[in-house]
Amino acid sequence: MPNYRIHKTEYIDETKRVSFKYDGKTYFGYEGDTLASALLANGIHLVGRSFKYHRPRGIVSCGAEEPNAICQIGSKKDLTEPNVRATELELYEGLEASSQNCWPNVKFDIGGINNFISPLIPAGFYYKTFMWPKSFWKKVYEPLIRLSAGLGKSPTEPDPDIYDHKYVHYDVLVIGGGVSGIIAAKMAAKNNLKTLLVDDKKILGGSTIYQNNESIKIDDKLSSEWLKNEIQEIKKLSNLTIKTRTSIAAYHGYNFLLAKENLTDHLPEEKKKNKIRQRLWKIRAKKVVIATGSIERPLVFNNNDRPGILLSNSINKYLDYYGVTCGENIILFTNNDSAYETSISLHKKGIKNIIVDLRKSASSELIKQAESLGIKIYFNHVVTNTFGYRKINSLEIMKLSEDGNTTVGNKIRLSCDCLGMSGGWTPMVHMHTQSGGKLDFRDEDQVFLPKENSEDQISVGSCNGDFDLENIIDKTVNKINKFLDIDNQDYQDTNIICSKENDKRNIWLLPNKIPLGKTKCFIDFQNDSTAKDIKLALKEGFRSIEHVKRYTTTGMATDQGKLSNMHALGIIADTAGVKMGTLGTTTFRPPFTPLTFGTLVGRNVGKFFEVVRKTSMHEWHVKNNAEFENVGQWKRPWYYPKNGENMHDAVQRESKAARDSAGILDASTLGKIDIQGSDASEFLNRVYTNAWSKLAIGKCRYGLMLNEDGMVYDDGVTTRISENHYLMTTTTGGAANVLSKLEDYLQTEWPELDVYLTSVTDHYSTASICGPNSKKILNKLFPNLDLSDENFPHMSFKEDKLENINCRIMRISFTGELSYEINIESKYGNSLWKMCIEAGKEFNLTPYGTETMHLLRAEKGFIIVGQDTDGTMTPSDLQMDWIVSKKKYDFIGKRSLYRSDTIREDRKQLVGLLTDDPKEILEEGAQIVSDIKSKPIDMLGHVTSSYFSPNLNKSIALAVVRSGKTMKGQKLIIPMENKNINVTVSDTIFLDKENKRLNA
Amino acid sequence: MFLINCPFCGERDQSEFSSGGEAHIVRPKQPTELSDDEWAEYLFMRKNIKGIQFERWNHVHGCRKWFNVVRDTSNDKILSVYKMGEKPPVNYK
Repeated sequence: MPNYRIHKTEYIDETKRVSFKYDGKTYFGYEGDTLASALLANGIHLVGRSFKYHRPRGIVSCGAEEPNAICQIGSKKDLTEPNVRATELELYEGLEASSQNCWPNVKFDIGGINNFISPLIPAGFYYKTFMWPKSFWKKVYEPLIRLSAGLGKSPTEPDPDIYDHKYVHYDVLVIGGGVSGIIAAKMAAKNNLKTLLVDDKKILGGSTIYQNNESIKIDDKLSSEWLKNEIQEIKKLSNLTIKTRTSIAAYHGYNFLLAKENLTDHLPEEKKKNKIRQRLWKIRAKKVVIATGSIERPLVFNNNDRPGILLSNSINKYLDYYGVTCGENIILFTNNDSAYETSISLHKKGIKNIIVDLRKSASSELIKQAESLGIKIYFNHVVTNTFGYRKINSLEIMKLSEDGNTTVGNKIRLSCDCLGMSGGWTPMVHMHTQSGGKLDFRDEDQVFLPKENSEDQISVGSCNGDFDLENIIDKTVNKINKFLDIDNQDYQDTNIICSKENDKRNIWLLPNKIPLGKTKCFIDFQNDSTAKDIKLALKEGFRSIEHVKRYTTTGMATDQGKLSNMHALGIIADTAGVKMGTLGTTTFRPPFTPLTFGTLVGRNVGKFFEVVRKTSMHEWHVKNNAEFENVGQWKRPWYYPKNGENMHDAVQRESKAARDSAGILDASTLGKIDIQGSDASEFLNRVYTNAWSKLAIGKCRYGLMLNEDGMVYDDGVTTRISENHYLMTTTTGGAANVLSKLEDYLQTEWPELDVYLTSVTDHYSTASICGPNSKKILNKLFPNLDLSDENFPHMSFKEDKLENINCRIMRISFTGELSYEINIESKYGNSLWKMCIEAGKEFNLTPYGTETMHLLRAEKGFIIVGQDTDGTMTPSDLQMDWIVSKKKYDFIGKRSLYRSDTIREDRKQLVGLLTDDPKEILEEGAQIVSDIKSKPIDMLGHVTSSYFSPNLNKSIALAVVRSGKTMKGQKLIIPMENKNINVTVSDTIFLDKENKRLNA
Repeated sequence: MFLINCPFCGERDQSEFSSGGEAHIVRPKQPTELSDDEWAEYLFMRKNIKGIQFERWNHVHGCRKWFNVVRDTSNDKILSVYKMGEKPPVNYK
């Protein structure tokens, strides 16, 4: 097996060998490796196939920007993870990784045929191709596209890992632990500011930590040696927290940031167990220092995507940090000085290399050094093509013309096994722009830079466009002193020597003799978009960068265009003849690198996913086999199946029992608002449509609440407990919103009213007993209470004691039956319920759930706000004009009831529907029409509630129908998938129109 | 995520609050006297400006009090907070 690890470094522990599997084969690396460095050490460059053309692709970078080396980790159904960047994944014993987007394997991939038919699949291919015939979409195109869409495989079972969230507050947050971040953190912490320094790597130091060029020195030491001392020093600072393996995912307003800390991803399987995998830090910082550095740019030329072509600086890091060389015969293609550092490093380790430089000539310390070492440099040359299928084996270079627009002279063919490219550097302005910062454009080296605009955040170092070490350190120190309003002198006498870059030449799309249409100049490696695609988009009329991006999918892969966006912009600017600075950038959106859902949800999974509210009687319901329904956060009994009943049978039995003898419902979830104050009556007058002043103490009244737009908002019964004391009930789901709305009016519109509102929903439990035998049951529970109609009529309220515990009893009815609601302090709810059940045994008192409640009220035509209404129904639409006071001068929503729209007669109105076949039950939500022949079919409305009534022995339904009020007796049609159902419009009250049962 | 300085509780995270839209829209004292257009003006029309906006916020998961906020919607900076019934600060227009 080849070994490309050619020298020892302090970051690789060669005493600790680590075995791992890649594409099923076992390899070895060392502790300190990433998956990428270990693969390279084994001579493996080819790690995947590109998304569209299935071209062989190799490792390109050594960090978060990696577009190609993304792999599938593990194979377990619950733990496998797709799209993990091999360049960031720390190697651990037992790691299993595989390449993605290839079949049957990465070396021979059937999809590779796409490369040869590529002229047939240009940008916008999908939009252009899969349009006709229309009928093909569902059966042919969509399944085919789905088959080839997406990268990697998602886990199919729930994530068993543990994730955590943590809130922290700091004076200063420093993002990035490179040289400028370390200086900023030290300055802040030493000046008594509580500071947090985060870095996504395993160790601090950025790219300076492995720097070893003699021409770059600080205080007469190699810059890496100097920085190591600094790191030792900051580790001693007590008010500095350092978090490595922690990357900022999002920078929100008001310096609120989310950071992901990796805790176990680098550990072997057995050590991961029962530990928190990742922690999401929710950081509030008074000030934020952004020191996120910069990313090296690739160069855009024909076949720039072959395995073995890497970023030049990454070759340097693999060499000096991991001790791995990416080849034995390397060519570096550059437009700036940084590739010379790589070249010199390679040369010193005995790796043969030559430089192809775009620039006509260049001079600096680094270049002199390279020249003196005898490294061959081709100035004013450009790479025009590369060769080699699974790995680069040679390339062609040509001379550039004076203006750089074309190539001249003869091709020179050079052999190589690795190509390093350096197109300059792109400052990582992601954090700055996410925080709301704007950008400036610097023409000189074609970079977007943060525009300082905030007192709360600042960018320092190369993410601010300062590229040489002297510049970085001097500027960082000055800026931080000013930004934090401190006077730190630590770096006053620091002596920095570094090579200065003097010459620049940037060409976004490198010239070639071959016509563009026949080249493959890749811009976005992961999404396979080329310079040709960008030009095609422009030709087809796209101008906005956001549109070009979406049409060509440039920058839309999992790497979010970290390597590609600038080139796309540059080519658009050049082609359209506009300045890049005026073109602007696409939006930098969080997260910076992908996050797993697990990290985002933290502990809020399973039973902690959502708050669950249970009534005091919940335990009894569970014991008695209740099926539950979620109503808001509440768990409400839905029905109580007995002896294997299905839902229909249980509901039919419960409904019948409630009307024949007695039923009991847990009504504890209804919203309850305690209203007190000398203006309570006036307040109710203003919030309900009906009048309240004359309601006698001890009486109850039903009220309808509107929005200011006249639409029904909520309903419920309110009881006058004493002169200035009311108890309002609301719908279960509406309770919180009603309280908010009432508070809003009280605090902002009517602050003069003396009214106090308190939510008491959780304070009381409610058992509602209905049916002809309910009075007998009440009598057993409250033997001293006079239940006669004279003393305790319908819509009134009494207080009594149940074994010394106070109860509030309302005689109110949502079923149309004689009915009592017993309210007791919540802690006694379960006892109350059990006593009711016990007392009701001889009367077949039947517990019923929400479904039976809905059915019983529908028989009586009582509405449920939110089911029969949808925020577009006025009281009149509901045929409830009787509840709207004509006398009251004003109430919420009154004026809207006679707007031109609300008085229209052809509004949708609530009606009853009876099916011609009494056994046919309509589907709720079904559309209603009168004529199915004329097209388009005129939709008149829809079914809102539908049940089979066991008490009437027929199907009943409520519906909203256009002009429904005037349609009684009319025939309508409900068209369903396989039949049309004939119905007749009826009254909304199906049972006991005379309300005799209320006093039965 | 804003930090909002509740005039009753002090600085808290935005997640404790809910927004109530534009401030200083007074409910007409005599709605019945208004034409459809005038009522619609009160009911539906909101400024939604880019720049300095006066708006209502409710400390819904805190003291439940409503109050007013002056916010620059172009950068989300909250410039001032004041209680209901208090006059808006004059230096923002």
